[in-house]
Amino acid sequence: MTHQSVEFSQVHKGFANQRLFEGLDLELPAQQVTALVGASGCGKSTLLQMINGLLQPDAGQVRVFGEPLDYRDLPRIRRKIGYAVQQIALFPHLTVAANIAVMARLEGWSEAAMAQRISKLFQFMYLDEALLERYPHEISGGQAQRVGLCRAMMLDPPLLLLDEAFSAVDPITRVDVHSRFQALQEAEARSVVLVTHDMQEALKLADYLVVLEPGRVLQAAVPEEVVRQPANEQVARLLEAR
Amino acid sequence: MQRLLVFLMAWLLAGLAPAATLTVGSKLDSEGRLLGEIFAQKLEASGFEVERQLGLGSTSVAWQALLSGEIDVYPEYTGTLALSLLELDSTPGRPRLNRELQEVDLIALPALGFNNTYALTMKQSQAEELGIERIGDLAEHPQLRLGLSHEFIQRNDGWPGLKERYGLPFTPRGVEHGLAYEAINADRIDLTDAYSTDGDLERFQLVLLDDNLDYFPQYLALPLARASLSARAQASLSELAGLLDETRMQALNARIATQEGSFAQVAEDFLQEEGLLDAGREGQASGRKWDKLGTNLLEHLQLTLLALLLACLVGLPLAILVYRSPRLSQGVLYVAGLLQTIPSIALLALMIPLFGIGFLPAIIALFLYSLLPIVRAAITSLLTINPLLVQVSSGMGMTASEQLRHILLPLAAPNLLVGIKTAAIINIGTATLAAFIGAGGLGEPIVTGLALNDHTLVLYGAVPAALMAIITELLFNLAERRWIPAHLRGVQAKA
Repeated sequence: MTHQSVEFSQVHKGFANQRLFEGLDLELPAQQVTALVGASGCGKSTLLQMINGLLQPDAGQVRVFGEPLDYRDLPRIRRKIGYAVQQIALFPHLTVAANIAVMARLEGWSEAAMAQRISKLFQFMYLDEALLERYPHEISGGQAQRVGLCRAMMLDPPLLLLDEAFSAVDPITRVDVHSRFQALQEAEARSVVLVTHDMQEALKLADYLVVLEPGRVLQAAVPEEVVRQPANEQVARLLEAR
Repeated sequence: MQRLLVFLMAWLLAGLAPAATLTVGSKLDSEGRLLGEIFAQKLEASGFEVERQLGLGSTSVAWQALLSGEIDVYPEYTGTLALSLLELDSTPGRPRLNRELQEVDLIALPALGFNNTYALTMKQSQAEELGIERIGDLAEHPQLRLGLSHEFIQRNDGWPGLKERYGLPFTPRGVEHGLAYEAINADRIDLTDAYSTDGDLERFQLVLLDDNLDYFPQYLALPLARASLSARAQASLSELAGLLDETRMQALNARIATQEGSFAQVAEDFLQEEGLLDAGREGQASGRKWDKLGTNLLEHLQLTLLALLLACLVGLPLAILVYRSPRLSQGVLYVAGLLQTIPSIALLALMIPLFGIGFLPAIIALFLYSLLPIVRAAITSLLTINPLLVQVSSGMGMTASEQLRHILLPLAAPNLLVGIKTAAIINIGTATLAAFIGAGGLGEPIVTGLALNDHTLVLYGAVPAALMAIITELLFNLAERRWIPAHLRGVQAKA
C-alpha cells in the first residue's frame, strides 16, 4: 500500500462557465484524518466528490490507494469508500437498522455479522439499540448524525469521506460527536477526508490540513505547522477567524 | 404464491383463446339480438357448435367483425347494407347485392320476410291533438323537439336525406335509442326514429308517421354471412326465408319488450312453432332474468386485471427510462394524455380493424387508457424524490439497479400506488363499454338493458361494477397500509 490515500495529479475541473481547478496536484496521507478547509465556494466539496467519482475531473487523474479511479467500476470502488454528508440523508422508508445495513445486506453479509458490526458502532457512538427499529423522522438530529456516520462506516471502509458531516447539530452535540468519532478513529485507524468550513473543527480532528481558496491550495501541512507558520496572509486570516 | 401467480396468469390469458366454432353476431338492438339467437338455435339444431356474440355495438362494429372473420353471420337489413355499408345509390334486389358482396367475400342469404323500415314515431295522443299522421305534416310544427339516435343522424339513408326530402325545419338532438322512448314518455322530446317492427311502440302508445313521400328504402332482414360459411350452414339459415312477416316479428319483439320471455325462450318458441326444432328437445332457455352474472363478473375482472397488469409492465419501465429527461417525459405524457382524450367508445371502435372484436381489442383499449395515470404517477413520483438521497445512495456504491429497487421504487411507491389505483378504477368503469365489441363483462347486462329499456337489467351490471370499484379502492388502501410506512403514505390513504 502506498503512503497516500488519495492523489490528485494535474486535475482540471470547472462548472458550466466557471473554471475552478486548473492543474491541481495534491496528495493526502493514508490512515490519517485529512481536513479540507476553506470558505464556501473554494471547491472543497468538489474535491471530495471527485474522490468517490460523483464528479469526474475534466482532465487529469485521481488515484485512490494508488489506483486510478475506474469510472466504469464505481459501485465496487465506492463500497470501499464510506460517505457521509451534512444533510445526513437517511433513507426515510428504511428503519435506522436498515439504513445502516443497506450496503452490507447487498454485499451479502449474514444477519449475525450485521448485528455484530452495528452493535460495535453503536457502542462507540453512544447510541441506544432501541433506536434501531425507529424510522429516521423518529430520532433526534444528533442521533441521526451519528447514525449517518455508522452507515458510512458499516462496511469498515479503508477510506471515509465526510462532507461537513458534523455541522448539522448544535455546538454541544457537535463536541460530543467529535469525541465519539475520535474514539472510533483510534480503534479502527482509517484514512479519512473531512470537509469543513470550521477551522476549529479541522484543527481538533485533523492530522493533516489542506487550506483552500477557490481553485487553489494555500497550504498543505500538519496542523501544528499551519498554526506556527501560516503560508500567507489568507491562511493567517482563516486561523484568526476561528 | 408462485403457483397462485401461474394460475392467475393462465386464467387471465384464457380469455384470449380463440374459439373453433361458428360464431353468430348481432347488433345491440333487441330485434337484432332475437334474430341472432334464432340463427344460433337454428344452426345448433342443424348440428353446429355455435358461439354467440350478440349485442355488438352499432352497425359498423358488426360489419367490421364480419369482414374480419370474428363472426360468421349476423342479421342485417337490405337498406342498411346497400346504402350505408356498400354505399350504393338505391336498394337493389338480392342478386345485385350479392354481386357487390362478392368483392368482400360476404353473402346475403334469403330474406326472412318482414320489412323493418325506419320510421318516425311520436305519442299517439300528441299526434291526434296536432292532427299529424304523415311525416309531411311535421313541417307545419317547427316547435316539436326531435331526439334521434346517433346512428340515424349520421346515416346516408337517415336524417340528412329525410330533412331534405320533406323540408323539415328541425335540428335534432342525439339520444341513445334505448332511452328515446323513455324520453318521449317523460315529455323531454316529441319525436324519435323507430323501427317499424319495434315491440316497444305499443307499450309506450306511440304511433308511426306515414312516409308519404316514400323516402325510407326497404329494410328486409336477412342473414348476412361470410361467403366461406359452409353450404350446410347456409342451407340451414335459408330455411328461415319468408317465415317472419311484420306482424309476427312485431309480436316476437313485443314479448321481449314486455319481458315475457328471454331472447333464448322467444327464439326457441318460434322455431318450435315452425317445426324447425326437434319436438322432444328439452328447452335450454331458462326463465331466469339474467343468469350470466357470475360469468360477467369474472370476465370483467379478467379484462381489468389483465389490462392493468400490462399497463404496469409497460408503463413503469417506460417511466423509469424517460423520467430523467424532461423532454422525453413530456413527450411520453403527451402521447399517453392524447390516448386518454379519445372517447372510450371511439377507441374501442378503432380497435376492431386492427384486432377484431372480443377480448383482445378490449384489453388493448383498456391498457391504453390505464397507461396515462400509471406513467404520470411514476414520472412525478420519481422526480419528486430528494436528489440528495439519490446522490448518497450512489456515493455508497449502489449500482443503478440496486438504487432503483431499494431506493427509488420504494420511495416512489406511495404515489405510484395511487396512480395504479386510479387506473384500476378507470378500468372498471371503462370495461363496461367493452360489451359493445363482444368482450363480455358487466357491460353486457348494461347494454342489453339499454337495448330493452330495462332498468333492472342495467342495474344488474352497474351495481356490481360500482361495488367492484369500491372494493378495489379498499384493497388498494389495505395494500398501502400493509406495505408503506405510515409517515410516507399519501394523503388519501391516511384519511
